[in-house]
Amino acid sequence: MDRAEIEGPSRQEQAARSMLPSALRWRLLEAKKHRHSYVLLAPYTILFLLFTVLPVLIAIVISFTSFNLLEFPKWVGWHNYTRMFLEDEVFLIAVKNTFLFAGIVGPLSYLMCFVFAWLVNELKPRTRALMTLFFYAPSISGNVFFIWQIIFSGDRYGYVNGFLLDLGIIQQPIIFLKNEQYVLWIVLLVQLWLSLGVGFLAFIAGLQTVDRTLFEAGAVDGIRNRWQELWFITLPSMRPQLMFGAVMQITASFAVADVSTQLAGFPSVNYAAHTIVTHLEDYGSIRFEMGYASAIATMLFIVMVGSNIVVQKLLRKVGD
Amino acid sequence: MSTISTGNQKRLNRSFTGDLFLTLFLAVFAAFMVIPLVFTVSNALKPLNELFLFPPTLLVRHPTLTNFADLFHLMSNSWVPFSRYVFNTIFITLAGTAGHVLFASAAAYPLAKHRFPGGRLLFSIVVLSLMFSPKVTNIPNYVIMSRLGWINSYAAIIVPAFAASLGLYLMKQFMEQIPDALLEAAKIDGASEYRIFFRIVMPLVKPAWLTLIILSFQALWGTSGGSFIYSEQLKPLPYALGQIIQGGIVRAGPGAAVALFMMIVPVAIFIVSQSSIIQTMTSSGMKE
Repeated sequence: MDRAEIEGPSRQEQAARSMLPSALRWRLLEAKKHRHSYVLLAPYTILFLLFTVLPVLIAIVISFTSFNLLEFPKWVGWHNYTRMFLEDEVFLIAVKNTFLFAGIVGPLSYLMCFVFAWLVNELKPRTRALMTLFFYAPSISGNVFFIWQIIFSGDRYGYVNGFLLDLGIIQQPIIFLKNEQYVLWIVLLVQLWLSLGVGFLAFIAGLQTVDRTLFEAGAVDGIRNRWQELWFITLPSMRPQLMFGAVMQITASFAVADVSTQLAGFPSVNYAAHTIVTHLEDYGSIRFEMGYASAIATMLFIVMVGSNIVVQKLLRKVGD
Repeated sequence: MSTISTGNQKRLNRSFTGDLFLTLFLAVFAAFMVIPLVFTVSNALKPLNELFLFPPTLLVRHPTLTNFADLFHLMSNSWVPFSRYVFNTIFITLAGTAGHVLFASAAAYPLAKHRFPGGRLLFSIVVLSLMFSPKVTNIPNYVIMSRLGWINSYAAIIVPAFAASLGLYLMKQFMEQIPDALLEAAKIDGASEYRIFFRIVMPLVKPAWLTLIILSFQALWGTSGGSFIYSEQLKPLPYALGQIIQGGIVRAGPGAAVALFMMIVPVAIFIVSQSSIIQTMTSSGMKE
């Protein structure tokens, strides 16, 4: 009797334990075995969740509310989203400009990264290092892009104006940065100037790892020129780098804001260089309409991630 | 013999006009990239009368350090001493970069070398986070910072920089190349996971450190504090640069001097670490 009572609970416990899904039990055991891994991972993961993952979730939730930081958020449903597309004309200008920037700067800067990496790669090591420095330097030079403010300055001391006046092409200095016609293209130009970043370096590295024997094999298989070599051998061998570079360039091309604010001012003349991010900053840090700003941020998030995923799918087909 | 013949064959593939055209193309774009940087350097060295010469000149004729002297003069009269802005930027950059290298490497090691529940999921979220700009999360971050009471402190800039996703991604990809046999051997010798990480893994991934350092350094060096820092004493250098430039024509000289300073530090770091960075980027590719 006694014995049975003692054994009873333990048998129940066993039963309970075996009722735990075996997959979960295995996971718990695994987790315990890897506690060192979790300890090493913890500091980064906590901060990453707190400052990257949580904010995305918060933005999505706040985007359905009206929130001014002081009062408790008030649920408004889809109102912020309908307002964006139906009532806010400036937002539509921002969308147009952002897609123009992303549509031009994205592909063009990607192409530039690749073409320059490809050309630089054929140079002798010393020249290669120097050219790499030249191309990469703008993207790491801090806020040096303000030099373009002097280059396109609206008086005769601006370099472009000075040059054009000196040649007699124009009679009056052009106020480039306050002119709707020019300002968007100037921001675009400067953005391209800044765009040879990590993606460019990844391509240089990728080109250096292409197996040289493949070229010999290709020549035997009837590859006739540089272009065929590029498409059938080089590009497929560096596909992982191509995909990484694409992510870097696409994300940056949708986030144009600092250059626009710095060169064209805020707000730019007739919103000519207004982008989704500057619109977001307007509502987020000036008007404190956090609900609406979060709805804009959520849209931007969807557009950025969406286009990245589409491009990744396309790049998988390179050289097939 | 065979190498020579393939070399010759390669030559045949390349036409002289093609090479000439490509070299010219490269030269034109190199000029486009470099000229603004040359302006920055030479403007900082131009005396005031040369800064406003018509037509403007690319290169300085009589280099002088007056602009730097003017800058210190200008800033010594300002409410917050210039050295304070410099200190703020250097402190934010060094603290943020050091923490990032340590945290990201510690997290990259288990992700690269061990399989455990949740590891893959975490890494795919990190990859996903490369696909959107931190600008998306600016507003909620402000809310989080104010909850933490970090608004108007260095921490608001430094601590999130520890967990930048690009650094973790590159470090993890690089660490995957470390041969497993090496780690197994250390384990058999009785080394703990932490010992393996600090004594074996970290020394092997020095090129990746340098890459994380330059990326983090460059991001923090250029930060102006945004809406997170509003006290003048805590503002970093790019903010001061913005203020000087707003001063217009009279401030052109000192402005050029600050710009040169801002540019030269990250570029110098890149020059010394270039080959390590390229080596790291070799493994930067995204697996399918």
